Amino acid sequence: MKLIYPLLAILLLALVAYFGAAAGLEYLFGVIIPYISIVLFLGGFSWKIYDWVKSPVPFRIPTTCGQAKSLEWIKRDELESPSGFWGVFGRMSLEVLFFRSLFRNTKAELAPGPSLAYASSKWLWMAGLLFHWSLLVIVLRHYRFFLASVPGFVELLESVDGFLQITLPTLYITDLLLVIAVTFLLIRRLASAQMRIISLSTDYFPLLLILAIALSGISMRYLDKVDVVEIKILVQGLVSFQFDAPGKIGGMFYVHLFLVCVLASYFPFSKLMHMGGIFLSPTRNLANNSREKRHINPWNPEVKFRTYAEYEDEFREKMVKADLPTEVPLPEKRNKDVNKPS
Amino acid sequence: MSTNPPKLADLQLEYEQAPSLLKGDSPGKEWLDIPVVFRDGNWCHAAKPNVIEDLGFNNPRKWSPADEDWKLEEGWQKIVKDGMKERLDKFRSFKLFMDICVRCGACSDKCHFFLGSGDPKNMPVVRAELMRSVYRHEFTWSGKLFKGLVGARPLSEEVLKEWFMYFHQCTECRRCSVFCPFGIDTAEVTLIGRELLNLAGTNINWISEPASNCNRTGNHLGIEPHTFKNVVESLAEDIEDQTGITVNPTFNRKGAEILFITPSGDVFGDPGIYTMMGYLMLFEHIGLDYTLSTYASEGGNFGLFTSNQSMKKINAKMFHEAERLGVKWILGGECGHMWRVVHQYMDTMNGPADFLEEPVSPITGTKFRNATSTKMVHIAEFTADLIHQDKLKLDPRRNDHLKTTFHDSCNIARGMGMLEEPRYVLRNVCNSFNEMPEHTIREETFCCGSGSGLNTDEYMDIRMRGGFPRASAVKHVKDKYDVNALVAICAIDRASLPPLMNYWNPGVSVYGLHELVGNALVMEGENERTEDLREDEMVDFEA
Repeated sequence: MKLIYPLLAILLLALVAYFGAAAGLEYLFGVIIPYISIVLFLGGFSWKIYDWVKSPVPFRIPTTCGQAKSLEWIKRDELESPSGFWGVFGRMSLEVLFFRSLFRNTKAELAPGPSLAYASSKWLWMAGLLFHWSLLVIVLRHYRFFLASVPGFVELLESVDGFLQITLPTLYITDLLLVIAVTFLLIRRLASAQMRIISLSTDYFPLLLILAIALSGISMRYLDKVDVVEIKILVQGLVSFQFDAPGKIGGMFYVHLFLVCVLASYFPFSKLMHMGGIFLSPTRNLANNSREKRHINPWNPEVKFRTYAEYEDEFREKMVKADLPTEVPLPEKRNKDVNKPS
Repeated sequence: MSTNPPKLADLQLEYEQAPSLLKGDSPGKEWLDIPVVFRDGNWCHAAKPNVIEDLGFNNPRKWSPADEDWKLEEGWQKIVKDGMKERLDKFRSFKLFMDICVRCGACSDKCHFFLGSGDPKNMPVVRAELMRSVYRHEFTWSGKLFKGLVGARPLSEEVLKEWFMYFHQCTECRRCSVFCPFGIDTAEVTLIGRELLNLAGTNINWISEPASNCNRTGNHLGIEPHTFKNVVESLAEDIEDQTGITVNPTFNRKGAEILFITPSGDVFGDPGIYTMMGYLMLFEHIGLDYTLSTYASEGGNFGLFTSNQSMKKINAKMFHEAERLGVKWILGGECGHMWRVVHQYMDTMNGPADFLEEPVSPITGTKFRNATSTKMVHIAEFTADLIHQDKLKLDPRRNDHLKTTFHDSCNIARGMGMLEEPRYVLRNVCNSFNEMPEHTIREETFCCGSGSGLNTDEYMDIRMRGGFPRASAVKHVKDKYDVNALVAICAIDRASLPPLMNYWNPGVSVYGLHELVGNALVMEGENERTEDLREDEMVDFEA
């Protein structure tokens, strides 16, 4: 069920776009919906970040994964237990660009004895990295549709990405990698009992959606070819707010575009916001220097605690008997003094 | 109810033969459909009504988790939901961790409770989902709209029972957060989950009573000042009997240079007392001008496991007492969660400690630059510096009867980043030290299975399971290097690892780091030493 519903939903969405465009709703799918989705994406993304940021970080709680700054002769690990800005910068860069923490992944095995063994397990890291980097390159490649003259870095990206020069038009490696990685991530969720039990429909939906977007894009390029010139005219129109009706492009394009719009609109309201959230995670983006620099909690509550005076009041007699120093002498003595006849 | 763990042979058989999610067997249903069953050994006693009243928490009453009816007060759902809302607004960590998990599964087999039980709800991701599912239902439009389809569910009594069970099968050790690509820390979820449980009047006595005691008497065990002094003095007598050296600890002494605070378990619990003896000998050896306090007589802080406010309240005594006594800075003993609080929370909550000075070792002159604001130094940092500057006379051969391995305490490793200091000290006070296998030490260390206030007898079943990954790693070095001494720098470890070792690895004893320091110290004018602080025979060696 967790898999079937998202699958059906995406099929339905694709069909809506295909037949909708065929039935003369190109303006809706080519102009109106893209605008709506971009507004939802940008608005939703900003709102979500704002929503997070408005909750303060009351405590400095980095998860330290290496030796902290300590005595001078002890070698410290700035990237795993940063003591200041640059350490944090390095740690976050490793995390965001290379998925440092996933790289640590192990797989536990319960062996007879019983005993536990742990083997390094890098598949998730590798697939995750391939997936995200391929997606980034593909998104950047699409930049060529947004500008009248194709910027140099896009051309460079395209030539590197297409260096194999097989098939016509030339095969982009990232297309291939993306499909392989997404498929792996999907199969991984289905293949193990642990993954099946933790996965929600909202985990399958974005994977399937991205796969569908990739497949529709690839088929446009290699199989069911569409008019690229018309696409570029449409996109240029969109970015310059001209609201012109699209020309004849081909049904598959509308499927591709519509699914991208769905993804963009869905993004801010889903787990995909981990893209923004990773930068805000207090266990990673804070320096481990809380004994060196005082961290401020904006809502630090006034808490009534039991003062020493109150404590001594309760235990004074016992303390005096045990020869423990007290701030105030025993009341009996004072009373005696007071009551002494003068 | 039985306080005994399952028979070892039964548990071994279960691990080897029973189907388990850990081994890849599917439980055949969604975790949402697996009922919560309280049975002997998998729940902790409810907090007593007078303790709840004392802490000022909701709904004091007599009840038991095993009861069908938990006697929750009218409107508890609203109290909990409002509590969630308040905390979402106060803690970015909580809000973020509710939103950004992608359920990649990297954390799923990192939790000692999952490794020891195979229970799906002990996978950190699911533990957090217990809370997230309610969060979605109450606080996100998609959850309100699509309900179960997007993993949302309403807060029911059944859910609360599930929270109670699984937020008490998490020791807030943060191992999962090491592996999470977004640093999602289940401890944050559990800490807040337990605060919410408190709001609903569902507390456990083993955590609540120490928190209440600590407030009144200054320590978790409720020991009053005169008794505290007596016990420390009797330890001093033991030292004199064994070594011929007189140590004279002082109490509540104004004008001392340093205030020393350690968990009360070191003063009252076996084998913690031997660690305490080690501290006292060390301080005597170097002529430290220090005092103990009967008022701030607890390093630990069960408030951390109760609520933010309780944590702050209990912690406040340290600075308050340091100011009253007029000491220059504070030295802290071996303890795990104590140091999570001191390192990551204390200055924020109860600082700034302007009345103290930046800590400088009076013996070596070393400035502890990493503690310039909080002005509290960890004993392992302090002793490592002493050894490095060659200020201690040590004979590691006196620990030759011990083949050691070192257990990193969760909070020290993952909440402080202190990995090398204790190892440096250990290498200098003993000759046989072997590390447990990788992935079980340092930042990947496994919890003792009883941290975060779960080291209570009625919970032995869960504790022996949760401690299995740690025990399994110890067994490895026991078999390979004949390790017989598990050294730890945490009072809860010293209380909870002995039963764990007895259960899984008989023959391995648990030691504090400074107990070994005490064994190895060559003190001026001492008697000939043939026994260690536990009165176990040392190995013969040429003096």
